[in-house]
Amino acid sequence: MSAPERVGDDPWAVLRSATRARVALGRAGDALPTSRELEFRAAHAAARDAVHSPLDVGALRAALGGEVLAVASAAPDRATYLQRPDLGRVPAEGTALPHTGADLALVLADGLSPRAVQEHGPGLVAALRERLGGWSVAPPVVATQARVALGDAVGEALGVRAVLVLVGERPGLSSADSLGVYLTWDPRPGRADSERNCVSNVRPPHGLSYAQAADTVAALLSAARELGASGVALKDEGPALPAG
Amino acid sequence: MRRTVTLGGHTYEFPTLVELMAKATPPRSGDVLAGCAAGSAAERVAAQTVLADLPLATFLDEQVVGYDEDDVTRLILDTHDAAAFAPVASLTVGEFRDRLLAWTAAGDEAALSALAPGLTPEMVAATSKLMRNADLVAVGRRTRVVTALRSTIGLPGRLASRLQPNHPTDDPVGVTASILDGLLHGSGDAVIGINPATDSPARTVALLELVDAVITRYEIPTQSCVLAHVTTTLRALEQGAPVDLVFQSVAGTQGANRGFGVTLGLLAEARAGALELGRGTVGDNVTYFETGQGSALSAGAHLGIGGRPVDQQTLEARAYAVARHFDPLLVNTVVGFIGPEYLYDGKQVLRAGLEDHFCGKLLGLPMGVDVCYTNHAEVDEDDTDSLMLLLGAAGCSFLIAVPGADDVMLHYQSLAFSDVLTARSVLGLRPAPEFEAWLARMDLLDDGGRVRELAPDAPAARALLAAASS
Repeated sequence: MSAPERVGDDPWAVLRSATRARVALGRAGDALPTSRELEFRAAHAAARDAVHSPLDVGALRAALGGEVLAVASAAPDRATYLQRPDLGRVPAEGTALPHTGADLALVLADGLSPRAVQEHGPGLVAALRERLGGWSVAPPVVATQARVALGDAVGEALGVRAVLVLVGERPGLSSADSLGVYLTWDPRPGRADSERNCVSNVRPPHGLSYAQAADTVAALLSAARELGASGVALKDEGPALPAG
Repeated sequence: MRRTVTLGGHTYEFPTLVELMAKATPPRSGDVLAGCAAGSAAERVAAQTVLADLPLATFLDEQVVGYDEDDVTRLILDTHDAAAFAPVASLTVGEFRDRLLAWTAAGDEAALSALAPGLTPEMVAATSKLMRNADLVAVGRRTRVVTALRSTIGLPGRLASRLQPNHPTDDPVGVTASILDGLLHGSGDAVIGINPATDSPARTVALLELVDAVITRYEIPTQSCVLAHVTTTLRALEQGAPVDLVFQSVAGTQGANRGFGVTLGLLAEARAGALELGRGTVGDNVTYFETGQGSALSAGAHLGIGGRPVDQQTLEARAYAVARHFDPLLVNTVVGFIGPEYLYDGKQVLRAGLEDHFCGKLLGLPMGVDVCYTNHAEVDEDDTDSLMLLLGAAGCSFLIAVPGADDVMLHYQSLAFSDVLTARSVLGLRPAPEFEAWLARMDLLDDGGRVRELAPDAPAARALLAAASS
């Protein structure tokens, strides 16, 4: 730890400690000083690289261990994926997935930050498994050029009652590796976003820990099973959730 | 009338107005996604050629979104002012473009600015499709829209800014830090406007009281806004909160507005509530709207006559008809926020920003722009610099600015406070007059009227910062 800041000397000290916003950067004329400009550029570069660096499917499979399935969306490349979200929501032609009849499917989708699912996917899956004793879980599915709704088709094909899509969220300047979890009960193509529940910003150590996120997701899953639905109805009428 | 043209030995036909408008639109990813874009560059010019010969009055008889099924269309046609339209009623779309540019070159601001009630969004959108970027800048610059509440927006030679002090948890000290940083950069003359992290009435009231306390303590001639849903602002009004501006995101179809959970009736009710508070000092414009190309498509509410997809730029212009009905203080398009599936790269974002400003101004709106981008779009700071400077040249009413260009709550990049200083100094623009006088009183301006760069321990800085630390 560095020495405590001497608040009396720098009127910005208290203010700066209360926000990650880029306040009090100083100026070079009417522009930003070089050092601040380069900091911003480095953050943007990290976010850009998070969007465009492809998921290492082999490494993710190895990290997950056991049987792992794979699916690609109908978007053939990143540029198309970014401009045609509709293609990212459906499996590529000829996709075949086994009917499992399990309770739950786990889909690990690259989304807008492959890096997020690469870094946090295996840890979150492990934390989830510890909390899903009452559920039979299908082999995890790694999905590339994938949007959240791709999980609807995957879940339907696997024959599960619910699907969790762990997806790389759109990178921000200070968060290139944030993972989101979307729960959809009775998944099938055509589900609306209002029929899903989301736990966002899984990103230890800065965001939610795996344990915190898994606790919340497990509670949502139990509530969804009780209600036979997910989404807005669950949020409004479901039991109180642990603080996340 | 058959709408056909032969170009390069190929005959192009555009059976409906919806298709003609869409195919005449300069390229953008959202129209490809919607399935309404021109199939080739030649088809686009063919559509523009046909559109140029279309009488402007066509848009009063033929709709792109049906009158019976859409309340935005009804609003547009039922409030059309034939007298204001009269000077241009006999023109085609192409002749109208020429007329606008002639008035602009002659500096006839009165003629340009008087047209608004006579123009429909579709007329203005069609005209924009024939214009180059420089045309959009030139006409926008000469079209005057002035509004006011506690500061005056849109005067010639002025460029205001919205100070956007967002914080991921609405932490009061964190929000205050960003407000003070903005004020020290001469930002906030359009509004100090916070996007709350959650849409709860209690949170909204708390933020309103926080900003109101800052404005009151330093006697800043500006207004606050918490950009909560209009129903949340109505609750805040019921609780007696200090509401300066009623905010709402709006779009160009009834269906998209339904998706936002908003009706024209709700907006009227909230505006009446804010007016009743009488918080203005130099005017009584009490609403603020945000829009953005692609919002109707993203809500699946972008279909027009015959179930055909309407292009996103025409739908965007229709949102301005909703906004202008409520006499706004501020309107801005959030031009790069929605993502690359609607505006893919810097060229598309630049074009859309200039189109939106032009269309808004011509329709009588105090038009500002959030010049912004997300990390999955092919856009960077060089692109936002270009758009910012062109908007400054175009007489844009205000720009949005955040600390260091980084919005840590909404996770996108907008302009930095210092960027607005650059736009003002490069283009010789000044803040809103009431706010400029306040900056001078606070000793924040140098002799040349520039916002002074202060050391953190300068007396003026200390005066502002002391409050936050106490």
